Amino acid sequence: MARTLINAPRTARKGDVMEIRTLIAHPMETGYRAGADGRTLPRDIIRRFACRYNNELVFSADLYPAISANPYLAFQVVADASGTLTFTWEGDNGFAQTESATITVS
Amino acid sequence: MIASRAALALIAALLAWAGAAGAQDPAKPRRSGFDTMSPRIQAMQRDDLQNPGMLWVADGEVLWNKIFGISFSCAHCHGDAKQSMRGVAARYPDWDPVEQRPVDLSQRINLCRTRHQLVMPLPPESVELLDLEAYVANQSRGMPIAPSSARELEAPRERGRALYTQRIGQLNLSCALCHDQRPGHVLAGATIPEGHINGYPTYRLEWQGLGSLQRRLRNCLSGVRAEPPPFNSTEMVELELYLAQRSAGMTIETPAVRP
Repeated sequence: MARTLINAPRTARKGDVMEIRTLIAHPMETGYRAGADGRTLPRDIIRRFACRYNNELVFSADLYPAISANPYLAFQVVADASGTLTFTWEGDNGFAQTESATITVS
Repeated sequence: MIASRAALALIAALLAWAGAAGAQDPAKPRRSGFDTMSPRIQAMQRDDLQNPGMLWVADGEVLWNKIFGISFSCAHCHGDAKQSMRGVAARYPDWDPVEQRPVDLSQRINLCRTRHQLVMPLPPESVELLDLEAYVANQSRGMPIAPSSARELEAPRERGRALYTQRIGQLNLSCALCHDQRPGHVLAGATIPEGHINGYPTYRLEWQGLGSLQRRLRNCLSGVRAEPPPFNSTEMVELELYLAQRSAGMTIETPAVRP
């Protein structure tokens, strides 16, 4: 399990624009670098990030080798209903991580 | 007679100049590496959610409360690190009366492991050691560096100062030549910082990860094409000891972000 830091508001008013910020620990190895033994290190990156709001996809991003290690992603979501925000990161070597945050909308 | 007196005065003036050349200019306020980096990287450091170093700090908090083997967690003895570790990183490296030598913060953590937790020390630059060091040092964020005043540290600190001003490597440079005399100038495309140690362990964009002060020192030493001393060698700790004195009073930024 990779360490993640997620900043999402716990409460919001309906119609508010919420800023969601996420950070995840990941090496994002490009697949172009040589290791200490001179051999190319195999690519190991996160390929896709998605945020679902009550199971509805509200934001997603494709990630590529040029993105730095420990990628930080920030985006905005309109507060619609109380429920759960689910964050998933998927990548090479079967990397898959899911985190969630609950939000109360009044 | 007058001529020889004038010559003596000239020699004295030259000696004073040569002595002063090794030190920082006391008239200028010291500047943290933070002040000379781009606003974007500054913003990255200021915001705990953008600062990737906080990933290590968060893992360190978990390790602080983790029981190792059959013995204690750090928290068993030290309690809440937010109180017990506040200001601790500010005084390291400190004198260890049992070992009879100065030890830096990561060595102190390992001594706690071998003495009290009865587990193997963590290897230098290992993720777990950096986690714990970052977590402990983060508790002193915002406090001034306050080096220990133990008398035993005077001699090793002086040896550290000598190492700092000694020309070494194929490029024949000393630390002082760049970091005391030419900060703000450009070396190989990068701005030379004043070389303060107020943000370690530091997240370096070049490393794409968190690293210790010793790792940074070894970088610089191989940069001047000198043979870097091994991790935790006496020279390394003595150099850290002098650098802490040199940066005394500056605000701790751990985990800092640097280009």
